[in-house]
Amino acid sequence: MTALKLIDVQKSFDHSKIINGVNLEIPKGERHAIIGPNGAGKSTLFNLISGFYEVSSGHIELNGKIITGLPPHRINRRGLSRSFQVTNIFPKMTVFENVRCALLWPMGYRYSFWHLCERLKKVNEKAEAILEKISLTDRRQVPAAMLAYAEQRALEIGITIAGDTDVILLDEPTAGMSHSETDRAVELIRNVTEDKTLIVVEHDMGVVFDLADRISVLVYGEIIATDVPDNIRNNLEVQEAYLGKETA
Amino acid sequence: MKYYLQQCGIWLAAALVCAVLPLVFSSGFALSMLSQMGIAIIFALSYNMLLGQGGMLSFGHAVYYGLGGFLAMHAINMVGDGVLPLPLELLPLAGGLGGVVAGLIFGWLSTDRAGTTFALISLGIGELIAASALMLPSFFGGEEGISADRMVDTTLTGFGFGQQIEVFYLIAAWMLVCIFLMFLQTKTPLGRVANAVRDNPERAAFIGYNVRWVRTLQFTLAAFFAGIAGGLFAINYEIITAETIGAIPSGSVLMMTYIGGVGHFFGPILGAVLVTFMQLSLANITHAWLLYFGLLFVGMILWAPNGLAGIIMLHQPVWKAGLTKRLLPAYSLIALSSLVLFLGAMTLIEINYHLSLSINPDEPMSLFGITFRAQSPLAWIVAVTLIIVGFYFFRKTQHVVRRSWNEVTQMMKGGR
Repeated sequence: MTALKLIDVQKSFDHSKIINGVNLEIPKGERHAIIGPNGAGKSTLFNLISGFYEVSSGHIELNGKIITGLPPHRINRRGLSRSFQVTNIFPKMTVFENVRCALLWPMGYRYSFWHLCERLKKVNEKAEAILEKISLTDRRQVPAAMLAYAEQRALEIGITIAGDTDVILLDEPTAGMSHSETDRAVELIRNVTEDKTLIVVEHDMGVVFDLADRISVLVYGEIIATDVPDNIRNNLEVQEAYLGKETA
Repeated sequence: MKYYLQQCGIWLAAALVCAVLPLVFSSGFALSMLSQMGIAIIFALSYNMLLGQGGMLSFGHAVYYGLGGFLAMHAINMVGDGVLPLPLELLPLAGGLGGVVAGLIFGWLSTDRAGTTFALISLGIGELIAASALMLPSFFGGEEGISADRMVDTTLTGFGFGQQIEVFYLIAAWMLVCIFLMFLQTKTPLGRVANAVRDNPERAAFIGYNVRWVRTLQFTLAAFFAGIAGGLFAINYEIITAETIGAIPSGSVLMMTYIGGVGHFFGPILGAVLVTFMQLSLANITHAWLLYFGLLFVGMILWAPNGLAGIIMLHQPVWKAGLTKRLLPAYSLIALSSLVLFLGAMTLIEINYHLSLSINPDEPMSLFGITFRAQSPLAWIVAVTLIIVGFYFFRKTQHVVRRSWNEVTQMMKGGR
């Protein structure tokens, strides 16, 4: 079963083509990494998939249904959530509130102004469980803006996975982290994306080869190869376009 | 459990205060001031649902207050004519209903984006409605407005509402109910998500929320409470004119909320009380009251952007640590120097008002029982000297305050 399918997706800004006909099929349950040099269009691709940008042409299917042109909140409600390259949380709210807010829609409380959040036992229990998972339980009452960088990244992941969507997009989840922090983040990602479809943009090749079932290489808005990590490592074209710079 | 008892205690105390206040301050002036304060509190809190909770800076919130007021006024007349069997106590609901309908329509139109776009649209809608008020005299009553007689005989309680104190108790009851409901609203999913949309609308969309709907609903609820405040206005004054919809009440609710503090739920309550007090009492003392009010507003924005509530909450940990008396010397110094500065500025302002606005500027004027001529050089010299001396010591004592504040925070850290 295909979780996410991109059919000849193109995106231009003014006259420059950033995404140039991307075709990609990601089966359910796969952990898929997208790599590529700076400016290849990786984040743009994420913004197209999540509805943040509108595609110029082509189609995107989520679980077999076309989601092209839907606004972000509708795509999210259909089971796709994402994190951001630049930390994107609710800075003035506490860590706990951040996670709880991400649970309200999926758990059916939507725009309710006739429930009190404190009384929503299941929501609160689930929020606590997520805090436990991302190891922020003892920081629960701290305003999110006061967290350390790595903690904010963890919270970002917590918000992203809270809704229990089956497709998760993570945009450079370990960017700017130290070695030990990266190891912990990878462990966390592996843990929270169990049985889910994960698509991750990442610069750290260690993380990519460690985490991904398959890898796509994006160069100048085109996918030049999609394969299992070992084959990608040995692919000459890929080495030339991208990895070459590091191995040479 | 203790928490809930404490919470109940606060509400009981508030109810008790409302019950006793008009017995202590029983003059006609005091009663009408208290009534206005009650209305202003609801109005300012409803404004903070937009600004504080939802991050929407509106320049036209009085539209919903005014429309609610007009609708309630027509409803009172209908009750009086026997067309509408609604007891007077529930009439503010008619105002609230007007607020909801207008809020839903204009809210949807203006909430696609927050920030500047929202602020400008709110300003436009405010002007639009104020202008159409004069074009639709059958609803808005033209220049003289709409009036009604609130003694409609259809009541739930034994009150006939002939006396101001009965009206006050009605306003107070509605005020307590509204405060309670608005407080609870901050704790509901919509209230929390409104905070999330305020903080980061982009992210809120990716957790499933249509941010425009969140803003629209928050806006509509705010308009509902503004409409109730307008309904109480109608009952209180028995007359309402198109001015109630206009820019002046829209501006003054913004100032109340800011001066009280947008960051804390109770902030606008303080702002509404203080500003209403100033509006009513200063206006009797001096012609220049708007100028003083403006100075206060600018001063608050500059030095206490979190408002009165912000100042209070800043001192809460100091109070708990029992260190308040350490701050007192520094605070009394700065209070003294501010007073000198203010007296100087005030003298200058009053002299100028006397010179340009009084019927005969040559007549002597009096301040604090001292009678002098506005043209006398001595008065000017005294005023300017007070300003210079006051300003000098104000700057000096600012440092003293900062130093003792730092000392106190150090002590609190050490104490932990």
